[in-house]
Amino acid sequence: MLLIETQGLTKHYAAGEGTVAALSGVSLAVSPGEFVAAMGPSGSGKSTFLNLIGCLDRPTRGEYRLVGEDVSRLPPDRLAGIRNRRLGFVFQSFNLLPRADALANVELPLVYGSVGRRERRERAAAMLALVGLGERMHHRPSQLSGGQQQRVAIARALVNEPDLILADEPTGALDSRTGLEIMALLQGMNREGVAVLMVTHDAEIARFASRCLRFHDGRLVADEAQAPAAASAELAALDDGGARAA
Amino acid sequence: MNAPVALSARLARGTEAGQTRAAPVAAGGLDLLEALRSALGALAANKLRAVLTGLGIFIGVAAVIATVSVGAGARQQVLGQIQSLGANLLVIWPGSVNQAGVRLGAGQRPNLTWDDAQALLEVPGIVAVSGNIRGQNQVVAGNANWSTSVQGSDPDLFAVQDWALEDGRFFTAEEARGARKVVVLGATVAEALFGDEGAVGQEIRVRSTPFEVIGVLARKGQNPMGQDQDDVAVIPFWTARRSVMGANRVWARGVNWISLKVEDGADMAEAAEEVRSLMRQRHRLAANEPDDFNLRNMSDVAATFDASAKTLSMLLASAAAVSLLVGGIGVMNIMLVSVTERTREIGLRLAIGARRRDILAQFLIEAVVLALLGGAVGVAAGIGLSHALGRVAGWPVLIQMDAVALAVGVSALTGLFFGFWPARRAARLDPIAALRHD
Repeated sequence: MLLIETQGLTKHYAAGEGTVAALSGVSLAVSPGEFVAAMGPSGSGKSTFLNLIGCLDRPTRGEYRLVGEDVSRLPPDRLAGIRNRRLGFVFQSFNLLPRADALANVELPLVYGSVGRRERRERAAAMLALVGLGERMHHRPSQLSGGQQQRVAIARALVNEPDLILADEPTGALDSRTGLEIMALLQGMNREGVAVLMVTHDAEIARFASRCLRFHDGRLVADEAQAPAAASAELAALDDGGARAA
Repeated sequence: MNAPVALSARLARGTEAGQTRAAPVAAGGLDLLEALRSALGALAANKLRAVLTGLGIFIGVAAVIATVSVGAGARQQVLGQIQSLGANLLVIWPGSVNQAGVRLGAGQRPNLTWDDAQALLEVPGIVAVSGNIRGQNQVVAGNANWSTSVQGSDPDLFAVQDWALEDGRFFTAEEARGARKVVVLGATVAEALFGDEGAVGQEIRVRSTPFEVIGVLARKGQNPMGQDQDDVAVIPFWTARRSVMGANRVWARGVNWISLKVEDGADMAEAAEEVRSLMRQRHRLAANEPDDFNLRNMSDVAATFDASAKTLSMLLASAAAVSLLVGGIGVMNIMLVSVTERTREIGLRLAIGARRRDILAQFLIEAVVLALLGGAVGVAAGIGLSHALGRVAGWPVLIQMDAVALAVGVSALTGLFFGFWPARRAARLDPIAALRHD
């Protein structure tokens, strides 16, 4: 079964007198476990595409099936349920709750998924350990570096065992080395079987995907498979280079 | 990436399961404990703001409780004073009379007689009657002297007014008939003349007539008009008529007022009506003539006092309720600010699966917790304030538990009511716009 299947996906926004077509007639299919990058300049429709695929918005026209289920016409609360169980979100600005520690942040999707307290704790702690933050579970976001905050966000996106992670410029707020670490983490998760849809305008980052979508003026203009660069290898090379330089 | 084997297996299983899951089960809700924890956390994050907002509710609740409690205390005080006049008491005063077409003011001409009083004993339901006269006189005992009300009454007076003895005895019907020179002193008079010494058995003089003190009355305190009921010396009616007041030739048998006691459990209004009709008959009043006497049902007076005291305390309580309302608007204001400030948080919560009602519940609970915390402190302060006010005013304080419950309930409702609009605003946010908000 396909993970994502869209047919003529279209989104219009009201703007003044008329409407603006943010996305027009996008049809594509994504299989489970793919790592897809969506590229394009701002206003190209890639973010609208991400919002629709992320069930944050409903299409004006067209169909969208997620794991076989038509979700393009579901009411908001049903979509909330779908987001909770099938999807994980990673944002450019992390969007962690500032008052809560890392563990509580990661637990949050499980709270809305009605998972019991003890199980929530265990799963969130395991997920934090998995992203390399087992030692910092009780740190608040303000006590963590940007890269660590994004790791917490990734742990939060993964804790519900989603089918798909939606990443919106996940490295946009990070320096290039930390960005590389985050990409290595996402690639690692992707190898474990979680599909990733990542929106970026940065070609450097898009290299790590196995498939690249290009948007322009609301249309999908290119859809190419590519051999992904290995982030962990580049990271190792960077460390070697750094060591040699020193 | 060396992920633990168990976890990678679980992730893989998750994907497989995801592919085979046909329709997703409805997502469950946010549990209450979690919501409470989160609300307290949010309030703790802005302590000063929470305290200031809670203060509005706090003042309202404290004011409601204090006004209601003090009002109830004052009311009970007044009612107690009215009760102290005697339970089931009817009083007849002389009324206005027409004399040759000239209307005289009430009490201008005494027209009640001791015989009226005696006759009223025949009315069913009347268990005790006393005809009374009263005059201001100097009483002397040894070196001490005191100006007091010397009151001539029938022995039934003590029953009529529920008057207990501190010491000694009342005068008997025998002594009353014989116009004996015996006196029962009010507590104030006994203290003024004899201090701590026992008054009973001593001699006092009223207008140079010697009297034997046979009893001292238990203290009653002030009446509703603020007069000291214990500043009195009670002597038998006929003794007063003959030896103290001086005989009035025209009204040799006249009394200033008649007091009657209605049987416990009898209908006061009915008894009063019977008394009225017998009085009209005795005074030979034609059907079209008005009463030439005033009949007071003291339980009516008590009810009137009670009603006006209630009105006053309702007025005070509503003024206090307005401050609660203002406090509620403060809650709404701060919740609106909070929703705006936390727009991104709301966006995030929506993105990871919160339903609208989860967001609604979150902000509602926050508003209610805020209002309830203010209310709880307000209850404590209100009770404290009531006691302080009661002490200053010398009133008993009756903490009305229903007022406390009401104030707490109202503060919760205030939170709910004034929190609803901000919470609904939060719940209706578009997740995409909310996530982009800064």
